[in-house]
Amino acid sequence: MQDKQKRFISAGQVATAIEAAIPAIACDLPSDVLEALTVARAKETGARGAVVLDHLTENARIASEDQVPLCQDTGVVWACLEIGPGVTVEGDVFSGVDAAVARAYCGADLRKSLVRDAFSDRSNTGDNTPAFCELHLVPKEGLARLHIMLKGGGSDNASRVVMLDPSAGTRGVREEVLACVREKAANACAPLVIGIGIGATFDKVASLAKQALMRPLGKPSADSRLAAFEEELLDAVNATGIGPGGLGGDTTALGVHVLTAPCHIAALPLAINMGCSAMRRKSIDL
Amino acid sequence: MKAAKLHLPLSKSDLVGLWAGDLCTLTGPVYTLRDAGHARLLEELEAQGTLPYGLYGQTLFYAGPSPAAAGRPFGAIGPTTASRMDFAAPRLHRAGIVATIGKGKRSQKVVQACRETGSVYFVATGGAAAFLAKCVETSTCLGYDDLGTEALRKVEVADFPVFVGIDVSGNDIYAR
Repeated sequence: MQDKQKRFISAGQVATAIEAAIPAIACDLPSDVLEALTVARAKETGARGAVVLDHLTENARIASEDQVPLCQDTGVVWACLEIGPGVTVEGDVFSGVDAAVARAYCGADLRKSLVRDAFSDRSNTGDNTPAFCELHLVPKEGLARLHIMLKGGGSDNASRVVMLDPSAGTRGVREEVLACVREKAANACAPLVIGIGIGATFDKVASLAKQALMRPLGKPSADSRLAAFEEELLDAVNATGIGPGGLGGDTTALGVHVLTAPCHIAALPLAINMGCSAMRRKSIDL
Repeated sequence: MKAAKLHLPLSKSDLVGLWAGDLCTLTGPVYTLRDAGHARLLEELEAQGTLPYGLYGQTLFYAGPSPAAAGRPFGAIGPTTASRMDFAAPRLHRAGIVATIGKGKRSQKVVQACRETGSVYFVATGGAAAFLAKCVETSTCLGYDDLGTEALRKVEVADFPVFVGIDVSGNDIYAR
C-alpha cells in the first residue's frame, strides 16, 4: 500500500485509460468468453447451435487478427470507477471521458450508436458520446479500479427490472429469469452472459445486474449459497433448449452471475441484464 | 438441416423451396435498412404507391454496419433484432420485398405476411459481424445518408450464411 495521502486519480488518467482500452475491447473477445464458447462448441449437440458457435469462434479469430469490431454494434460505453479509502479523485473525474470516447470511436472506425435524446431528438450524436459513468465508493483500502463495458442495444433491450413480492422468494426469482430468457434470449444473441441483481432499491438493482456482468466466466460467486443458485439457474436456462442464436441447442447461456444487496422489508427487487455472446468488457487497476 | 446456395434476387421457385431451419448461403445484392430508415421508406411508399430505389423483388438486411476497415467496405456488419421492424414488414412484403435478414423472433403478423405474399425471413448469426463482413464485396449508399449507419445501402454479398427463420408456408424456427 502506497502512502494513502499521495494516492490520487486524475480526470486525465481516467480518460487516457478509457481511450486506450476501447479499440481493444471492441475487437478482442475476452479470453474467458472465448474459452467458454470453445468448451460449449465441443459439447453442443444442436446442429444449428453448433454452426452458430462455429461462426462465433471464427468471428473472434477474424476480429482479433484484423483488428475489426467483433460486432457492428460497438455499443454504449459504460465506465464504473471503484474507489476505496485512501484514494482521492478530482470532483470532475469523468470530465475527460466523452472526449476520449469520441477520439476512440472515430479513430478506430467503430460504429456511432447514440442519439441526442431518447424522446425529443433522435439524431445521432456522431461520435458515440455521451458515455455513462458511475463512481462507486467501496471499502477496499487503496483500490482504484476502472470497469469498462461496451454494451450492445440488442442485449440491453432484452433486460428487465421487476419488483417482486418478498413471498415470491427464490422460486419467484427463478421463474422470472426463465420467463425473461424464454421471451428474449433469441433476440439477445445467445449464448448469453446473464447478470442478475437482487435487492437494494428500484434504481440500484439494475446497476447490480450490470456489475455482475463484469465478473469473469468460470468464477462463481464467493458466497457458496449464491454460487449454488447461479449453477441452478444456468442449468435451468440451458435446459430450455433455446440454444445459440435461439436456433436450438444446449448452450443458451455461458454463465449466470448474481449480486445481492439488503432491501426494504416490503421488497424483492430483481434486475436481469442480458449480456450477449460478444461480452465486451475490461477491468483496469489504475 | 438442408443446405442451399442461393443467388439474389430470389426467384419464386427459390422461395418455395426453402424450409424453416434450412442453412443457406446468399450471393448477390441485399439492401441494408433499420429503425429510422423504415419510417422513411414507408412514407415514400405511401407517397409514390410503389417501392422506390429499385427495391421491388429484393432482400432487406436489417443492419447498421461499422465503418470501412481492414480493406473491406465494413469492419463489421451483422443482423440487428428484426422484431423492431415488424411494424413495417407486412406492408413492405405486400409492396414487393421478398425476403428480410435479421435476428430473433418475428410477430404473427410477419409470419402471416410471409405466408400471404410468398416471402421468407432469414436469420443471420448475431455477434458474428467481423466474420460476416468478409462476405461483403461492395457497398453503395442509395439514400438516407444523413442517418449515418442507418442509411439505405446496396450491399453485394458472396456466400453469406443464413438460416431460414420463416418460410413461405409460415413455418417459424422460433415457434418450435
